[in-house]
Amino acid sequence: MRARPATVGLILYLLLLLLPIYWMVNMSLRTNADILTSFQLVPTDPTFANYLKIFTDASWYSGYVNSIIYVTMNTVISLTVALPAAYAFSRYRFLGDKHLFFWLLTNRMAPPAVFLLPFFQLYQTIGLIDTHIAVALAHCLFNVPLAVWVLEGFMSGVPREIDETAYLDGYSFPRFFFTVFMPLIKTGIGVTAFFCFMFSWVELLMARTLTTTNAKPIAAVMTRTVSATGLDWGLLAAAGVLTIVPGALVIWFVRNYMAKGFALGRV
Amino acid sequence: MSLRLDRVGRTVAGEIWLEDVSLQLAPGSLNVLLGPTLSGKTSLMRLMAGLDRPTRGKVLLDDQDIHEIPLQRRSVAMVYQQFINYPSFTVFDNIASPLRRQGLGRAEVDRRVRETAAMLHIDGLLDRLPAELSGGQQQRCAIARALVKQARLLLLDEPLVNLDYKLREELREELQSLFAARDAIVVYATTEPAEALIMGGDVVVLSEGRMLQHGRTIDVYRHPASAEVARNFSDPPMNMIDGRVDDGVAVLGAAIHVPLTHHLRGLPPGRYQFGVRAGHLSIERRTGHDVAVPGEVELAEISGSETFVHVHHSGVSWVVQQAGVHTYALGEPVRIHIDPARLYAFGEDGALRAAPERSG
Repeated sequence: MRARPATVGLILYLLLLLLPIYWMVNMSLRTNADILTSFQLVPTDPTFANYLKIFTDASWYSGYVNSIIYVTMNTVISLTVALPAAYAFSRYRFLGDKHLFFWLLTNRMAPPAVFLLPFFQLYQTIGLIDTHIAVALAHCLFNVPLAVWVLEGFMSGVPREIDETAYLDGYSFPRFFFTVFMPLIKTGIGVTAFFCFMFSWVELLMARTLTTTNAKPIAAVMTRTVSATGLDWGLLAAAGVLTIVPGALVIWFVRNYMAKGFALGRV
Repeated sequence: MSLRLDRVGRTVAGEIWLEDVSLQLAPGSLNVLLGPTLSGKTSLMRLMAGLDRPTRGKVLLDDQDIHEIPLQRRSVAMVYQQFINYPSFTVFDNIASPLRRQGLGRAEVDRRVRETAAMLHIDGLLDRLPAELSGGQQQRCAIARALVKQARLLLLDEPLVNLDYKLREELREELQSLFAARDAIVVYATTEPAEALIMGGDVVVLSEGRMLQHGRTIDVYRHPASAEVARNFSDPPMNMIDGRVDDGVAVLGAAIHVPLTHHLRGLPPGRYQFGVRAGHLSIERRTGHDVAVPGEVELAEISGSETFVHVHHSGVSWVVQQAGVHTYALGEPVRIHIDPARLYAFGEDGALRAAPERSG
């Protein structure tokens, strides 16, 4: 079979994209001495020592656990708050609804660093510093508006007449919402959950500032490898690989809905 | 149970959607809401169901304000123009949902769902999802869900408009027999005069948010209270021409002289608006009394097995409905024949002055 130029181009592009990730995987399977002394395209003497250290050393794996805890908390909080809000925006007209809807989105336009100082001060006052909930709540700042925005798009795609029919059929609001309405927007809920997960997972600035030891995220733990003896290259690379894994898993599950999600349900 | 609308009006964002509608609907009656798009049919239905609040007036169900009854406990069922079903439920669960909410037992639910599904010929599709059905079947499912509830007020908002012609006729016949068999107040909205006539019962003629006339469908068709009702309750709209009555002769337009015979006899002299339905005009002479009007063909539309010929005569356009398929050349001279026995006469204020004794 003759390869078409487009195929060749795509393969080259893909290789270029994957090169850094491959290099990280490559490094994670080698020892520091090995990395610093020789250049190897494929590790000649692969070792899992770096991974082993991460999975056995509590100060390492707790970073992952902390990250997963606050990301999950954030996703749950964001969805719980955004579902009723999005329903209200999609179904009711009230004073200033359009302004409020837009204002919500403007929260995403400011860099999170702007909110860092007040958050730090407030959390310190009420003793929330270095807790998972602190980070989860802080991430709501940008995840809730996004969740409301995405869910509203999906909900507006469901005809209002379905709501009315359900009420006339005798459904109470909660029963209608959970048994009739939510199944209709489950794609939207999945996509929203993915967005919340992703933004919370990759956010470093707030997560690092609002935690010290007990809720320290993995990205902050990784900076520990810089020491007086230099960088622990292999360990850092292994930690990096493990950081990609959860995101990749989530993307795999929602890959079919991504396009609709990025269009905020308006396709 | 009776439904009473007491001087109901609805204004949305400064725009009047409905104005001063008063109606009393009795149980077991079939009421057709007839009016063109934007005439307020859907708005009126939503008020009847209590889904929207009237800006003025009251909707009373058994002398109780409908808004005092929670939506969930109102004995109201509604079928929309769009096919509205619960997409994640099977047809069976769709139809069963109002019964389950009423807390009926499993056997009872099962029996009534199957009975209703059989009536609407969807008993073979109970395990499917609505998305796996054709448009007609989806609407049958929605109608089944509305019927199974045995609500005392059944509202159908142009339920057949999104279906194809053949299916529409079939479903309309079935609906007629279903409605006849129950004791509910049935309200059926349509834009088509012909459909209103087929459904029978009572008709409420709406136009631009106002109720023009309410009465037995056939009576309203034969004796439209005003020129506006006559125009709305004819398809194509009734041909209208200004004229006057002088010395025992009616003069239509500039120079069409029509003798005052039959029902027109005794019309006092004055200015009138004369109307005649397209089906009562013809190109060929039919009776000895016919008044011939020369004109030119502007357009000939073929609709099914009928032809609508638009004929121009000194500034007035007439539409003639002809049985069979005919072709005419543009500008072809023809003669329209008017049977004076078929003429409606409306006063200058639009009110009916004389209607044909028999209007088939």
